[in-house]
This record gives sequence, C-alpha cells and structure tokens, in this order.
Amino acid sequence: MSPKVRVALYWLASCGGCEESQVDAISDKIDIISNLEIVFWPVAMDFKKEDVEKLPDESIDVAVINGGVRLKEHVEMVKLLRRKSKIVIAYGSCASWGGIPGLANLYDINEVLSRVYSEVPTLQEKGVMPRPKSVTNEGMEIELTEVLPMLLPLDAVIDVDYYIPGCPPTPETFLKALETLLSGNLPPRKSVIGASTRALCEECPLNKTKPDKVLIKEIRRIYNTKIDPSKCLLVQGIPCLGPVTRGGCNAKCPRVGSPCIGCYGPLDKHIDYGAKAISFIASILDLNDENEIKKALDNGIPDPAGLVHKFTLPASRLKVNLKRGEHK
Amino acid sequence: MSSEYEPKVLMFTCNWCSYAAADLAGTSRMKTPHNIRIVRVMCSGRVDPQFIMEAFAQGADGVIVSGCHPGDCHYMEGNYKALRRMLLLRKLLEQLGIEPERLRLEWISASEARKFVEITTDTVEKLRKLGPLKPRLDYVRKIMEEVVK
Repeated sequence: MSPKVRVALYWLASCGGCEESQVDAISDKIDIISNLEIVFWPVAMDFKKEDVEKLPDESIDVAVINGGVRLKEHVEMVKLLRRKSKIVIAYGSCASWGGIPGLANLYDINEVLSRVYSEVPTLQEKGVMPRPKSVTNEGMEIELTEVLPMLLPLDAVIDVDYYIPGCPPTPETFLKALETLLSGNLPPRKSVIGASTRALCEECPLNKTKPDKVLIKEIRRIYNTKIDPSKCLLVQGIPCLGPVTRGGCNAKCPRVGSPCIGCYGPLDKHIDYGAKAISFIASILDLNDENEIKKALDNGIPDPAGLVHKFTLPASRLKVNLKRGEHK
Repeated sequence: MSSEYEPKVLMFTCNWCSYAAADLAGTSRMKTPHNIRIVRVMCSGRVDPQFIMEAFAQGADGVIVSGCHPGDCHYMEGNYKALRRMLLLRKLLEQLGIEPERLRLEWISASEARKFVEITTDTVEKLRKLGPLKPRLDYVRKIMEEVVK
C-alpha cells in the first residue's frame, strides 16, 4: 500500500460552510478517506497548535485552508502551516479572495467593531468591546488575539499553491480537485482546481434561452420580481453574474431561478472581477440617455460593491474603501 | 496641499475623434498640461473598467475617458457603452473611497482641440484641489506589509 496522504485542514474567518462541503464530499467515499491521514483539523478533532509545531517542516502533504485572514492569530497559523506543508490550498471564496466577510473592508475596523458590539440588537450587555488583555476571576491574565485593520485573502499573507473556488465549493468541485491532486499529475502552481475554465453560462441550462444579444431596458431586483425559472435571467432584467463568473458549480443557482452571485469568482484572465462585472452589466443595458441610465442604475443597483464584489473585494485592485481611517 | 503635488492623469482617447483632437492641439501649438498621459484606444467602448481600476491602483490621481460625441461614434454605439460603464463604475469608485470626480467622461470631436486643452487643464486643476490618492494607497500597502512581515 502506498503511504497515506497527510492532510491538514484549518479554518480562518469563515462560517463553517466549507467544512460542511468537505464532509459532504467525502463522507461516503471510503476509498478516498482511507488514503488520507488527517494531522490537523481543529473543527472536528482535538489537535493543538503545538501538535503542528512538533511536525518536521514540509511533512504535511496538503494543507487545506478556508476563510479569510482577519486576526493576528490567523496570520500566525497560516505561516506555520505554510512552513509545515508541501502544498497549500485556498479553499472557498473567503480564502481565495476574501468572500462575504471581505465586504467589511468597505468600513474602518473601528466602525465594524462598534457596529457589532454596540449597535446591533443583542440580549447581552451592549457596548462590551473585546480587549486584548483581561484578568479572570481567578486572577489569571489571559490574552485575546488582535483583529487586523482589514480582511485579507490567504495569498496576501502566504504563498498559495492552488485555489478551490465557491461559497462553499460544491462537493463535486472538491472531489474533482482531490482527484487532480491525488492523480500525481499536478497542474501549474497558482491555478484554480476542481472548477471549469469557462464562464458559468456555458454550463447553465438556461443558456439556450439566451439570445445572441441581450438588451434590457431596466435592471430588476429579485425581491420584487417574479422570475420565470425557464428563461435566462439576464433577459428578464436580473443582473445574473454568469457571464463573468467561473463555471464548475453546475449552475446550481440559475437552474432554480436564482441569479448567479459570483461565488466561483473571476475567470483566469480577469484582473478585477467587479470591474469586469460592471463592464458586462453596463453593456446589456439598452439606454442611451444619461438621466435614464442613472435612474436605471439607482433603482437596479443601489449597492454596486455588494453586487459585483460580493466575494472578491479584498482581492480586487483597490482591496478596501480607501477613505477608511480618515474619519476616525 | 503641498506645492510639490502634481496630479497624474491617465487619459484614454478614441482613435477617431479625441486622439485626433489631441493631435490637432499639438500641431496647433496649444499648451496642454504635462500631467496627462494619453493611451489611444480604437473606441471609448474599448475601455474596460478593469483598466481604470488598474490605473488608480497604480497611482493615477485621475482618469479621463474621451470619445466621439453621442451619435458620432465610428462604431455606432461604443460611446454609449462607455457612458453606461462609467456611470456605474463611478458609483463603485465612490464606495471604494475614490471621489467620482476623479473619473471623467468627455466627448471631444476631431476638430475640438480647444476643448481638449480646456478639459485637460480643468481636470488637473480639480485634481490639485482634491489632493493625491497616494497616501490612501500607501496606508493600505503598509497594513499589508505589516501583516506579511
């Protein structure tokens, strides 16, 4: 029997959806599980940081990391895992480009903290802020890790070998990626594995109802639009991001009448996913009068960053709201 | 604002109208600000919003996209496409902490050398008032460098 593949799984700022998809993918694949030796997986097994520190450098075959880098502790852990691993994989949208938590980069960190700890409704005492150092009732001094001023994708901190996109990656995507990795025939470093190299529209069943040239007079939003799930959503005026998003999820959302929100991220050639999405949305809008265009955009896209950079803001060219920190 | 600050402006001009206007301004010996760097594209509809993001990320203080007047586009409707793109992109730029005035869209025909001079001069003046983008970019760069260290 060939030696087992040593795997470490770790989570950063994430919701747990990535773990769900990993478990979904391999829980009934005995042939795959029996080939893996899990050396670190804090979400499911009792390992400590010391256990990883004791391992020789590069002794882990693959480290699969999900979530964005939000805390100083994350920085420390991913640097440690990078040192101990031969291959590091950014798993899911957050690790790859920041994901939904990355939208916090639109605000200054103090605004984020005061929103979370003193403004939102809670049953607990309001206004209690996390402190880096505190003393317990027993007189023990404990330290809490610090939050970073912005959320970063994994590759802003360490070298990442491969990316598995999705929010979360579908189990099929993860299995395909595993197949690629276990085949021994590794793709070039920095590539996206497990997903398609073409746009989502290519695999969408609604694509056959899309005319050669889509032209819409108004941009509509899903909360007040009755969607016909048998027709291309773009034709119905819904800004579905299929044309600029990487395929590989088997068009799970559009096939049930929900627009693609871009969780599989940019295609290989894109340098700024949001700007590319803007380019295409503006192209299909069939209005030429400046005021009419403005009205259509204000009604249809009240929050452009939330639409076109829902998963990619920290990996975009500008990464943050550049004015944060100025109004402290 | 310190007197040393000279705004950097990237200008995309279409091959058929605006570039010709810039050319005419040059051959007519009109004075244009030296802050303008021109990139000639075939049509203002060719200007991908990604180019503009890249320009700001690399340190441009302002970007001008200039094409033929509405109705005069060599490719029929490229300039309308540019108009829609810039209107939407400006909304995004505002959320990302870049004043929408830093992205300007103008129509300059081949004969309007005067207008070319006016617009470029005016843009540079306005950017001088707005101040440089660099400190904001540096702030982000510093955070990132500290994290990696």
